[in-house]
Amino acid sequence: MSVDDATVRRIAHLARIAVKDDEIAHLRGEINGILGWIEQLGEVNVEGVEPMTSVTPVKLKMREDKVTDGGYPERVLANAPNTDRGFFLVPKVVE
Amino acid sequence: MTSLTTLTLAEARDGLRGKKFAAREIADAHIAAIEKARALNAFVLETPDRAREMAAASDARLAKGEGGPLEGVPLGIKDLFATEGVRTTACSKILGNFVPTYESTVTSQLWRDGAVLLGKLNNDEFAMGSSNETSCFGPVQNPWRRRGSNAPLVPGGSSGGSATAVAAHLCLGATGTDTGGSIRQPAAFTGTVGIKPTYGRCSRWGVVAFASSLDQAGPFTRTVQDAAILLRSMSGHDPKDSTSVDIAVPDFEAAVGRSIKGRKIGIPKEYRVPNMPAEIETLWSQGAEWLKAAGAELVEISLPHTKYALPAYYIVAPAEASSNLARYDGVRYGLREDGRDVIDMYEKTRAEGFGPEVRRRVLIGTYVLSAGYYDAYYLQAQKVRTLIKRDFEEVFAKGVDAILTPATPSAAFAIGEKGADPLEMYLNDIFTVTVNMAGLPGISVPAGLDENGLPLGLQLIGRPFDEETLFATGAVIERAAGRMKLPDPWW
Repeated sequence: MSVDDATVRRIAHLARIAVKDDEIAHLRGEINGILGWIEQLGEVNVEGVEPMTSVTPVKLKMREDKVTDGGYPERVLANAPNTDRGFFLVPKVVE
Repeated sequence: MTSLTTLTLAEARDGLRGKKFAAREIADAHIAAIEKARALNAFVLETPDRAREMAAASDARLAKGEGGPLEGVPLGIKDLFATEGVRTTACSKILGNFVPTYESTVTSQLWRDGAVLLGKLNNDEFAMGSSNETSCFGPVQNPWRRRGSNAPLVPGGSSGGSATAVAAHLCLGATGTDTGGSIRQPAAFTGTVGIKPTYGRCSRWGVVAFASSLDQAGPFTRTVQDAAILLRSMSGHDPKDSTSVDIAVPDFEAAVGRSIKGRKIGIPKEYRVPNMPAEIETLWSQGAEWLKAAGAELVEISLPHTKYALPAYYIVAPAEASSNLARYDGVRYGLREDGRDVIDMYEKTRAEGFGPEVRRRVLIGTYVLSAGYYDAYYLQAQKVRTLIKRDFEEVFAKGVDAILTPATPSAAFAIGEKGADPLEMYLNDIFTVTVNMAGLPGISVPAGLDENGLPLGLQLIGRPFDEETLFATGAVIERAAGRMKLPDPWW
């Protein structure tokens, strides 16, 4: 499988990364180089093999369903580029 | 260089306890060494005031006989660990001037045990790289140079700042993280010891996430014993990381010096790769001879899916990275570039904030997870991962205690030498990446020099949660090879 220019643009949009027109050809070449190399996985017989979901055979621990942290909005907002009265500010989303 | 910076971590710890010198003196000696070594670009943030403050507190505790296991020991911290009140960037422009309001679990345990923070160490952007050249702060220089040459060499990556800082005597030990080899490869390139423990041994809470099913923290030091000391403090269950494992942390230091008589060491035939330099092949055989002389039994083993580990990794790791890095959206922290609407703001912020290697991996990860391609790429890779892990399980079931391999396919290369083709850089991790895919512990121990006088390392791979065998066996290699003589300062 290889990607074309339109696919590179679509992936970049899905990834929310702006890509300039003059970068597309270069990116397409790099992505296709990597995809061509990982294609060799297709030759592995995986019939009846379960995909890995956890690398250690450990059962996830359950914890009590209660709030254990929080109550300090100023710390949560301390690094935000733009805030107002305890909220994060973003460009207008709803017209 | 003063003698206080050439001590091992164990010697410093014992000397502090015995009141031979003060924590303030050790801190000052390292602060001075760091100032003189700025050309190496190992530190992206120096914290001398904090170091002196912490050292003074250590001296007060030591005076009362209340010192912890690392009391007064000055360390460097990879800039991937969140440090409260101390800028943490993952060496990415997108985190900008992020100052955490919390402390990572691993570093909080180091401070609990009395360690002193010297500063934050350079790394590849978001730990994506094998040469420390993708950092937004620029490359780190390896203190080693080829005999008769002044060409600057890479320290390896992604934990390049950690490796250089330890090798150049700028700290007694450092933290690193390892997703595909980011501790073991730079350790091998700089003549230092680095261990990636079993997945789940150290908490990932407060460590900037790259690929969550592969990331593990671990130490860099100048001796195997020092690595054992530091790993013990870094390890342990943390309720804030559901993948950290709730089992007892052994006294790793006690394993150093333990006999390996009768232990079975596997030599995997698949690690004999084409074009492997003859000196690495020779070093590998030499390592096997050392272990045999110490009473171990050497057996040839087969790990048939080895060649598929790297391509599978380059699906799994970018996929997880594309998901983890979605959080850098210009809203809650870090860089923001204004846009005409919220989507435009996201896209401009991420275009401006991510470097080329990070962008490449996020794009690959997005593609392999996208509708219609998930089964062909991601699901296939996770099935191959099951097979890679099964290879190891079968070998361990036959009684193999540890596996001996080269740590890297070459010695350190020059800054700018690789990277035009991303695949060429990825191949650096060929011997280390299998270990992350299977969640196993792996240690890199300096074992010799190549024809240019550059250090080479051997890797030992262990059973899950059996780091003790790696420390015992690693110490045998260290003893047989002789402690690596690190370069005298030219910087």
